Amino acid sequence: MSATLFAVQTLNGLQLGILLFLIAAGLTLVFGVMDFINLAHGVQYMLGAYLAVAGYAITGTFWGAMLIALVGALVVGLLLEALIFRHLYDRDHLDQVLATFGVILFLNEAVKVIWGAAPLTLPMPDLLSGSIEIMDGLLYPVYRIALIVAGLAVAALLYVLVSKTRAGMLVRAGATNAPMVSALGVDIRRLFMLVFGFGTMLAGFAGILAAPILVVEPGMGDNLLILAFVVIVIGGIGSIRGAFLAALIVGLVDTLGRGFATDIAKLLLSPSAANDVGPAIASMLIYILMAGVLFFRPTGLFPVRGG
Amino acid sequence: MKRIITAAVTAAAVGLYGAAAQAESLKIGFLATLSGPPAVLGQHMRDGFLLGVKQAGGKLGGLDTEVIVVDDELKPDGALTKVRGLLERDQVDMMAGVVFSNVMMAVYKPIIDSETIFVGGNAGPSPIAGRACSPYFFTTSYQNDQNHEAMGKYAEDAGYKRMIVMAPNYQAGKDSIAGFKRHFKGEIVDELYTKLGQLDFSSEITRIAAAKPDAIFTFMPGGMGVNLVKQYAQAGLAGEIPFLSAFTVDETTLPATQDAALGLQAGAQWAPNLDNAANKEFVAAFEAEYGYAPATYAAQGYDAARLIDAALKKAGGKGDKQALMAALKEAPFESVRGDFTFNTNNFPIQDVYVVKAVKRDDGKYVTETVEKVFDDKVDAYVDECRMN
Repeated sequence: MSATLFAVQTLNGLQLGILLFLIAAGLTLVFGVMDFINLAHGVQYMLGAYLAVAGYAITGTFWGAMLIALVGALVVGLLLEALIFRHLYDRDHLDQVLATFGVILFLNEAVKVIWGAAPLTLPMPDLLSGSIEIMDGLLYPVYRIALIVAGLAVAALLYVLVSKTRAGMLVRAGATNAPMVSALGVDIRRLFMLVFGFGTMLAGFAGILAAPILVVEPGMGDNLLILAFVVIVIGGIGSIRGAFLAALIVGLVDTLGRGFATDIAKLLLSPSAANDVGPAIASMLIYILMAGVLFFRPTGLFPVRGG
Repeated sequence: MKRIITAAVTAAAVGLYGAAAQAESLKIGFLATLSGPPAVLGQHMRDGFLLGVKQAGGKLGGLDTEVIVVDDELKPDGALTKVRGLLERDQVDMMAGVVFSNVMMAVYKPIIDSETIFVGGNAGPSPIAGRACSPYFFTTSYQNDQNHEAMGKYAEDAGYKRMIVMAPNYQAGKDSIAGFKRHFKGEIVDELYTKLGQLDFSSEITRIAAAKPDAIFTFMPGGMGVNLVKQYAQAGLAGEIPFLSAFTVDETTLPATQDAALGLQAGAQWAPNLDNAANKEFVAAFEAEYGYAPATYAAQGYDAARLIDAALKKAGGKGDKQALMAALKEAPFESVRGDFTFNTNNFPIQDVYVVKAVKRDDGKYVTETVEKVFDDKVDAYVDECRMN
């Protein structure tokens, strides 16, 4: 095991973390600001990827596909908000979970009806299709670097939007005490719709960015949704900063765990036992981490101040 | 209303003509996974089977054939309930299909216990090939270990000394690695077990690049395989470290991996380019009917329908079940894979190949045979089967 290997694995972990952040950001925004559990966030991520594939078929370029998919994801998100979610804001969390779970089933099936059950693909943009050699015999795709940059840009944008703009101030105020903000003459419904639309677009954006490196298939968002929930629970629900740091932590813990757990187990156990124990521990690590965080810091590592 | 009238008329007809009316039709319950991410496998198998029925003019063995397709949703308990419905309510004459081994293990016993003939279309878990074998069960697929064993033999023959093997951390993954090791005698540098449903393989790929093995072997079904293949190519390893696989690179995943999979190898008992008349006809008819290239699942489904058709003809209908089972056992049909006979456990004795992913002239991505690894391969469990 060398320092290079460790460095490369750390980079891999950060990059997985950024991808998780892109998904978790929208989820934590909607959950934290609107107190609305949106299980459908994962299918909105899937929809972003599928719309990008469809957009690519129409325009023939990645950038055209991205534009179409972003607009499409926003339109679908707003439609869902107007038709279904709006009626659930005042209900309790169980109703929200049930209804949005229904949306998952519906959209997963709809995607299968429209695009078929077979996995699809979205090619990388030519501009970013190169790669650099970061280790002897291992290339690192430029696209993945671009993904990290995009994730950092989204994080910065969210930070500025939420903490430096008037809209962000209203959103934070609305999160703390919606009736009061409403009484001050702010159209809280419209504000929530904006937040929700933005969250949807973030999910769609993550789907588009993930499509060239991950499989595009029905149900692709379901696994990621669970990871995204782990991230926002660790980070503190509603906290963008928490989601960002927690995503990086989860990405690192998961990747380094997978990279080294078996080797570490081999120091203590026989090789065949290590092959059983190592992967089992590696796949539990993030959940152990979450349990630990919940035990010692029930509100997450970076809870929203005054929330 | 119309349906009620039809049902009433049918009921009356059955009542009037009794057994005579029933004997002229055949009802087959077809169980396949048709929802969730693995739905594409079930879709191939079902489409292949229905094509076989269609080519027989909708009459397998000359009997009006009704195929009741049921989605098992990859849930063993749900599948069991649905199979009970097929057996007891629908009173099917035969069962067919089943993609996944866990579903197979759940529904196998009730079907066999009801003495219903069962023609498997994919899953071939070791207990059914061995100790729990049954005269009512036939399969047109393979015993599960077969493709893994083929890749192990191929790696050994190719002279690979140091290999990394990788599979999801669950029973089928462990079985896969065990099957691979049965014929590979070189050094396994590393065994990587990944999470089921894993998305990002950069950690594993980094380890592979660092260890520089002669080749890797992997079993990474469905979307996991697509992720792995794409990322393997993007990391620049595709041309450098040979990629041997089972159930990872085939016509169900190639539409998603496309160029990233070109040249990657897999073990299979069939490929679209196998040179025999039955196969040529099948591939052309399948693509004309459904517009996509068939995978092994489709070929197995098609063979299942054709096996049933030929056996019914040979036995002179479905009336004499013992005669029909004897006819099935003779496999009196031209399989799309060429050589095909049933062993004593009713699992196929067949050739197994190494195939690789290619892009055909018409732009479709398919697998193509590279070389034959096993001639008339017999599964490893047949000796445990005591058929009575």
